Amino acid sequence: MDILNWIVSASGEGFFSATMRLAVPLLLAAIGAIYAERAGAINVGLEGMMLSSALSAALVASSTGSTTTGLLAGVVTGVGVAALLAIFTVLLPADPVVVGISLNLLAVGGTSFIFRVAVGQAGTTSTTPVIEASPIPGLDQIPILGPLLFDQSYLVYIALLGVVVTWLVLKYTGWGLLIRSAGEHPAAVDSLGLSVNRTRFLALLVSGGFAGLGGAFLSLVASNQFVENMTAGRGYIAMAILILGQRSPWGVLIASLIFGAGDAFQLRAQLDNTGIPFQFLLMIPYVLTIVTLAVFGRKLIDPAALGKHFRRGHR
Amino acid sequence: MTLSSTQNAAAEPILRVQDSTVRFGSVVANDRVSFDLKPGEIHALLGENGAGKTTLMRVLAGLLQPDEGTLFLSGTPTTFHSVADSSAAGIGMVHQHFMLVKTMTVAENVSLGLKSAGRFFPNIARVGRELRALSEQHGLALDPNARVSDLSIGQQQRVEILKTLYRGANILILDEPTAVLTPGETDSLLELLRSLTEQGTSIIFISHKLREIRAIADRVTVLRHGKSISTFSLDQTDDATLTSAMIGRDTAPAVYNATATVRPRLEAVPRLELHGLSVTDRRGHTTLDSISFSVQPGEIFGIAGVDGNGQSELADVLSGVRRASAGSLELDGTDISSLGVAARITSGIAHVPEDRQSTGLILDLSIADNLAMETVGIAPLSKRGTLDRAAVRENALRIISEFDIRCSGPDQAVRELSGGNQQKVLLARAVTRSPRVLIVSQPTRGVDLGAVENIHRQILELAASGCAVVLISTELDEVLALASRVAVIYSGALLATYDRADVDLGTIGMNMAGQAA
Repeated sequence: MDILNWIVSASGEGFFSATMRLAVPLLLAAIGAIYAERAGAINVGLEGMMLSSALSAALVASSTGSTTTGLLAGVVTGVGVAALLAIFTVLLPADPVVVGISLNLLAVGGTSFIFRVAVGQAGTTSTTPVIEASPIPGLDQIPILGPLLFDQSYLVYIALLGVVVTWLVLKYTGWGLLIRSAGEHPAAVDSLGLSVNRTRFLALLVSGGFAGLGGAFLSLVASNQFVENMTAGRGYIAMAILILGQRSPWGVLIASLIFGAGDAFQLRAQLDNTGIPFQFLLMIPYVLTIVTLAVFGRKLIDPAALGKHFRRGHR
Repeated sequence: MTLSSTQNAAAEPILRVQDSTVRFGSVVANDRVSFDLKPGEIHALLGENGAGKTTLMRVLAGLLQPDEGTLFLSGTPTTFHSVADSSAAGIGMVHQHFMLVKTMTVAENVSLGLKSAGRFFPNIARVGRELRALSEQHGLALDPNARVSDLSIGQQQRVEILKTLYRGANILILDEPTAVLTPGETDSLLELLRSLTEQGTSIIFISHKLREIRAIADRVTVLRHGKSISTFSLDQTDDATLTSAMIGRDTAPAVYNATATVRPRLEAVPRLELHGLSVTDRRGHTTLDSISFSVQPGEIFGIAGVDGNGQSELADVLSGVRRASAGSLELDGTDISSLGVAARITSGIAHVPEDRQSTGLILDLSIADNLAMETVGIAPLSKRGTLDRAAVRENALRIISEFDIRCSGPDQAVRELSGGNQQKVLLARAVTRSPRVLIVSQPTRGVDLGAVENIHRQILELAASGCAVVLISTELDEVLALASRVAVIYSGALLATYDRADVDLGTIGMNMAGQAA
């Protein structure tokens, strides 16, 4: 069989490895957004959080020489941008979509500006240290699963762990109950003397932290540098993944792998000289996003209070 | 205050509020209200809409702090700063709209934020087991692992009650708990409440249904216009005393409709005739139950009743916003049941909806535009399909002076007007079309006294000019002041119809509480 031969070939292994590498930033951002949206807070600012974190992670890693410090800087940046979003949308409150989009636009201009100031000359790339793959001995030899799961950087293992932890938190912890209740029936939370807004604020910060990891992955793992607008809409794709995955951790994992595979396929197809103009291939992830939202967006049941600001005494 | 004859008569009140006053701006919602609850007692709160029941309840539940007055918990003065304080004191509230997360299980709902279940990893399974035991103790079958959305309304209410009990409440406040229940569910709720008091729970039961209060409560405190009128022991008080305390017989209005007591001349064909109009909602409940009446030209037909008994549905089905599931509607002998809203407007039916801000007016548009809205496509406001702005403005100027609408001019946004002046705009739009039928709902809700008189005069003048008016109002005084015939609506059906001259306040009060005369 050609397929079987291809799977175990170098080209096949490369495909699966690339799938995971391309899926993980999406997965990280989407996992975090589960917390926010299940609590009723829309996070449209994923793109801006990822992009800001990609820059700060690259700058800190190249100046300190430590990828771990860079990674931490990425997380802190993500949480910081999320705090800004939370102040505007939870406390004030402004429209979450408008604020989110504004932050995304601010991040595009802001990161380009800071990057040019930092590296001195527009277009010049600064090479940063890279988080290398840490293969798990033995397991990385398994066909398909080996390259997919066990021959990756530790950030990939963190992302996969994030799926399991998120599932546990939502299902079994008191905070998980609070998050789900705040998203479905905030008045019930309030009637028990608990704070809806504090729950949503914290959930947004967690979302920012995960988006920060996703952004840092782009500049520290997937490449060795920051490139202007390097997220290229991945924050928005993560929102589509959130919907395709029905805001459940496992669903989001599968959905991000599908998108990762789509992206890996188009990269491979560009290299393989298929004769398809590369512009069409580049469109694949975005077309997938639109199709996903059109097909699955309608069937999804949103948390009942998603995007609705909670005011005491108003139903 | 009448002394209770129950065995608890001498007991120290477990909860007492003395001279509680709550103000919202210039509105006094509770005016020196006093109330006390004895251990193991069911104490009902009776009153019309806006009498101050909800405000008192929110004070007791820690949702509101009174501006004046004192709260006593077993004799000790207390202040509740929040729900957390009141629930720590053992007060649990069962809201009319349940505070349950539908997508979660019963046990998860009960565990939410509950410290005794475990702060980080609540032992939901243990809560579930204890909840099952608690429900069996009260003779209820309750599956703690059931998803709330799979339960009936009656079951959800039981979950709410068990939730507050499990979380340590020994004082239950139930806000109109039977409003959402079927008669069968109501009976089992009353049975449950009775068994709870036997086990030491004290209950505050808010209702405007006399039958239920009589069936279950030991004492009843009647509220009217924000004041606590009196507390009665139920076995020493008859229904007539209670209803007159609720309605305030001494403040019954003078009839200032000079023609109201004179029956209008009977035409062979009435202006408006309803034959068994019924409405069934999406859940299959009958919200309007075979309504039949007729209105003569020049007559004001009043519909009294407590809020939420089918008034909105009746207005909607008459104006054409909602389709009747059965029955027919005739205008001057012609069946108009199948006509839509626009066609009904053209055929001469005007509607003043109960909620002027969300359905009556477009708040951000000018007075002139709001006044033009129903007749915008026809002369004189439009010529050859284009709006004549000058005519629209002139129309508004004329109406503003005629109806005494206090504003800066026709271009002022309706949002900036007072409630009374907004209502005048809405009514003027209907009246100036010289309609054949006017359906007017809650015409003076939230309107200052000066505007009330103006609005009432407009309705009377319109009727005098030959229009048939259907006046739907929860303000009994208003209905009695304007209507020549009065019907009482209760759970979607007309319970009784009276000529204004024959109205007895006591009977009508009992009708409003669901008692047939």
